[in-house]
Amino acid sequence: MKPPLFDYVRADTLGEAHAVLAAEGPDARVIAGGQTLIPMLSMRLARPKVLIDIMRLPELATIEETEDAIHVGAAVRQAELLARPELANRQPLLAAALPWVGHAQTRSRGTVCGSVAHADPSAEIPLVLVALAGSIALSTRRRRRTVAAEQFFLGLLSTDRRDEELIAGVSFPCTRPDHGYAFREFGRRHGDFAIAACAAVVTAGSVRLAVGGVADRPVAREWGALSGSALDDAINELAYDLDARDDLHATARFRRDLVRQLGRDVIMEARRCLA
Amino acid sequence: MSVQAQAWTGRSIERVEDAALLTGRGRYIDDLGVATGTLHAAILRSPHAHAKIKAVRTEAAAALPGVTAVITGADVVGLTTSLPVGVRAPIKCWPIAVDSARYVGEPVAVVVARDRYRAEDALDLIEVDYQLLPAVVDPHDALDAGAQRLYESLSSNVASDRRFRYGDPQAAFAEAAHRIGIDVHYPRNSCTPLETYGIIASYDPGEDAYDILSGFQGPFSIHSVIARALKVPGNRLRLRTPPDSGGSFGIKQGVFPYLVLMGVAARVAGRPVKWIEDRLEHLTGSVSATNRVTRLEAAVDRDGRVRALAWDQIEDVGAHIRAPEPATLYRMHGNLTGAYDIRHMSVRNRVVVTNKTPTGLNRGFGGPQVYYALERLMQRIALELKLDPIDVIRRNLVPANAFPYRTASGALLDSGNYQQALEAALRDGDLAGLQARRDAARREGRLYGIGFAAVVEPSVSNMGYITTALTPEERAKAGPKNGAQATATISLDPLGTVSAHIASVPQGQGHRTVLAQVIADELGLKPSDIVVVAEMDTARDGWSIASGNYSSRFAAAVCGAAQLAAARLKSKLARIAAAQLNVGAEEIEFADGKVRARRNPDNAAPFGRLAATSHWAPATQPSDVDQAIRETAFWTPPELTAPTEADEINSSLCHGFIFDMCGLEIDRVTGAVRIDKYVTMHDCGRVLHPGMVAGQITGGFAHALGAALYEEYAYAPDGSFLAGTFADYLVPTSMEVPAPLILHIETPSPFTPLGAKGVGEGNCMSTPVCLANAVADALGIADIGLPLTPAKLAAATQNAEPPPPARTAAAMPAGKRRALHGAGEARVAAPPKAVWNALLDTRILASIIPGCHDVEQVSATHFRADVTLGVGPVKGRYRAEVKLEDLVSPRSATLIGSAVGALGSAVGKGSVRLAGDAAGTTIISYDYDAEIGGKAAAVGGRLLDGAARIVIRQFFEALARRVAGISKPAWRLWLERLLAQLGRRP
Repeated sequence: MKPPLFDYVRADTLGEAHAVLAAEGPDARVIAGGQTLIPMLSMRLARPKVLIDIMRLPELATIEETEDAIHVGAAVRQAELLARPELANRQPLLAAALPWVGHAQTRSRGTVCGSVAHADPSAEIPLVLVALAGSIALSTRRRRRTVAAEQFFLGLLSTDRRDEELIAGVSFPCTRPDHGYAFREFGRRHGDFAIAACAAVVTAGSVRLAVGGVADRPVAREWGALSGSALDDAINELAYDLDARDDLHATARFRRDLVRQLGRDVIMEARRCLA
Repeated sequence: MSVQAQAWTGRSIERVEDAALLTGRGRYIDDLGVATGTLHAAILRSPHAHAKIKAVRTEAAAALPGVTAVITGADVVGLTTSLPVGVRAPIKCWPIAVDSARYVGEPVAVVVARDRYRAEDALDLIEVDYQLLPAVVDPHDALDAGAQRLYESLSSNVASDRRFRYGDPQAAFAEAAHRIGIDVHYPRNSCTPLETYGIIASYDPGEDAYDILSGFQGPFSIHSVIARALKVPGNRLRLRTPPDSGGSFGIKQGVFPYLVLMGVAARVAGRPVKWIEDRLEHLTGSVSATNRVTRLEAAVDRDGRVRALAWDQIEDVGAHIRAPEPATLYRMHGNLTGAYDIRHMSVRNRVVVTNKTPTGLNRGFGGPQVYYALERLMQRIALELKLDPIDVIRRNLVPANAFPYRTASGALLDSGNYQQALEAALRDGDLAGLQARRDAARREGRLYGIGFAAVVEPSVSNMGYITTALTPEERAKAGPKNGAQATATISLDPLGTVSAHIASVPQGQGHRTVLAQVIADELGLKPSDIVVVAEMDTARDGWSIASGNYSSRFAAAVCGAAQLAAARLKSKLARIAAAQLNVGAEEIEFADGKVRARRNPDNAAPFGRLAATSHWAPATQPSDVDQAIRETAFWTPPELTAPTEADEINSSLCHGFIFDMCGLEIDRVTGAVRIDKYVTMHDCGRVLHPGMVAGQITGGFAHALGAALYEEYAYAPDGSFLAGTFADYLVPTSMEVPAPLILHIETPSPFTPLGAKGVGEGNCMSTPVCLANAVADALGIADIGLPLTPAKLAAATQNAEPPPPARTAAAMPAGKRRALHGAGEARVAAPPKAVWNALLDTRILASIIPGCHDVEQVSATHFRADVTLGVGPVKGRYRAEVKLEDLVSPRSATLIGSAVGALGSAVGKGSVRLAGDAAGTTIISYDYDAEIGGKAAAVGGRLLDGAARIVIRQFFEALARRVAGISKPAWRLWLERLLAQLGRRP
């Protein structure tokens, strides 16, 4: 379990990272916390020719809070975001979901944006971004663009990032007074890949439910102020639309059951937060 | 032994091992220095469960700079002889695939290179031509006369089939009021030590001798196996162990085929070779406990008294019958009646080979499989006869006054008071409280259950029990095998300090501490005065075939041997002291670091001074003392005799008793199990170190909880291995393991020097079935198989699923596990004929197959391609073959394809249908089924389905673009390219 030969570039400037990405295209891979990429290299599942280490770039190591969003740079570790004072007040959904990301050990190395870049269908951070309708900032040497989370995650380990682009940061919209939030996840052990995870964002007149671990990407759906059997029907429809599959740990039916139950639970809990 | 007022033995003193281990100063094999010039090995492993190996091309790998040798099956056959097989069957057992690969992960080639990185680079360059054969995965299927055979030299996959009869089971079944039976499929799992296998091997051509250092745990009967395989006399195989071992739990017995393989590698390379197994290799290809299919029936009286048992066990040992298999099946043979007084029994034991990892030692060894059937059956008896399960257990336990008790199949249960243990557990574990909690939970509609298990925990294996697998005639021919030779050496140095050498190969248990306690008590010293050396060297140390760390033999056998050696030395020292102190030898006592006259304690000498006598002044010794420098004691219990003509076997010397009970709750929606309370009562004879006994019980409980709720070495129907990482082989962490309430009674064993029995494996036998009984009680179901996963338990409670909304396609029926299937549609702006032609055109195929480097047309309907496939960063290069069948131009075709690469292999079948519409558009609809094996299946099972969907979608999207492109005007293509460059999708 040793990686094949690769070049390692520790970028000293953002420009250098962009230049190498532009030159090497699909043969380059950005490395940040390495919690997913290093095992993939060691198992030779991934064979990039060049690794670009961005962890020494100060401009990517920042968490900025504005009136409406928390902007997290690409070199920010999950543990740092989780430890941020007032996180639960600024964005309760993020504070609720982050402890479910791996384990304390992996969070102390893994980055927020690394999880976004990898786009595992069970990952919590992409789920939260989609639930909150957050966004991803991508940059090249010449250009910067922002993509809505729902457009960014295209499928299994696949995103809208182009080969020459670097994920510069992600933005989580802040809590708003008239919104309620809730998160729940079921996995076989704490820290395992979610068999199903649900995040809800509700207002008096709307319900937004996002589901991870079931489809090939986190999927959100928004409804009006549904309740009772109309809400159950809506969640049931979503559960089927996610096209759940069987795997070693769960059946498709079990996943749909979890979506129906956890989905309803998070919506109820988020509504209680409203009240 | 005279128990002193302040005996060290029996106290939880601090472990001498801990200071080093807790500060990172353990000396594990990978920490040890190696000789200059040592090379590193990596192993190419079969991605297929069953295949003929047509060719192994190693030239490119051998030519890679830094590579010294590439070894294949042919080299190994040339330098070794086959490993012995534990049954009389005309089959060979090699440490590497020779001609055929019979399980995923079987070694196919070994590369020896300057470092591990380079060695793994070279693995990528080895090409193997496999001819796939059907895989036999299920042990029941293996019995089929028509099943694919694993060994051509064997007439079927049944390697051994023995029937046994004890008492008169036929009459007992005929007379009994009830016949109650149960069917059990016990799954595969393993105790997964933290440290994997590791070996440093060298070969000295001048001496024609091998020197191999490894975390091998014994039994050292395997030394003979390895020496024979390497074709050297026993004295030319030096086997050594490192000072520390990062856990074994039986698993490191299974390293021995690799000792042979690395011995060969070192010989071929002409340099020492080091190999450290990685986790993927360990989970895939080291060793597993057996899975077993059991039908167990009981002849039962109306009051629940069991008169007879009928066992039918089908043991799945995987692809080889590696020594000591089929020992898993026979280790429990003497105590197949468990803790019960059952005089009549029939047994049928069949051993089958399947295309799975070979099996071997694993904590609990044979116990979990037997007790799962027996204790589930006891619960079924209570349910069917509407009796209290505790009453059924009570009614059948071996009476307290019957010890030593000879079981129907020959075990001699040494000591016990099962009734006392049971009643104490019910009282101190508060069964009444548990029942009240169950009643309260059930009133609220919650799923709460209580389970019990009563088991006998065997320890100190009889080296002869394995021969029960042979017929009495075969045994007579081979000569008797029996006993359990344990040994210890105690030495005094010229400063009069005490060292002990043992052949017990500890793996973290704390053997050195307990031996120091035992020897300190014997010699009147403090444990800190004694240094115990636990690493083994077969060239220097005393050892025998039973040496090693298995069958929970340490406390009973090794401590006993150490005590005997200490007592012998003490008796000599007493005679020397008697002469010096002018008293009779019987007057001498050893206490407080002194040797003194019992009735005049002032007449004393320091122990150290006396103990140095034999070095400095041997002439002063009395004439009946030869030396008091070094004593090696060997001890084997006379009770461990060979199997009788009637196949009775005292398979183990000691038999502890365990009674477990637990209460647990199951979440109605998630199916998750929450253990409310777990009580485990043990009688392991005399307790030598209560802290370590608690540690053993807690550790065994954690392993057992893993086996019950989380862990499974899962295989797909095609034999692909599905649990190659700890993300899929789920070992419980401290978050998942509650602390059990541990209770004890002590009935010392009359057969061991210290009265101690083994305690290391019992919960692996009792806990899985106790939890399963509680789950069955909670859910009110008769059949439940391990592991008790949430999805499985939720399925047992769920009602009909809410139907899908009308417009959604019906959900896919649940198919066979891991068979990927899917369907889809693509629209192409071209008529069906154009699409059809494109599909049969190699140049077009080359441009639309995702990641295609090259397409070769073998025939009109047979293509070969070199492709890079993957999703996101996960990519691998494959050689793919596609054949088209059932061609109906331009409407439909069947595609049969396969792909093989470093990440694994895939075989699949798909059908494509083309339908044109009036607008000149073609609708392509397709569906597929595929099986994916090798590394991709072992580490990425969770993601395979999605990955397959992506690759297939990419193909059809590319087809649509390409075919449509042919009929598109040039300006439109130009515009699309321009838009794409600008980052917009047309």
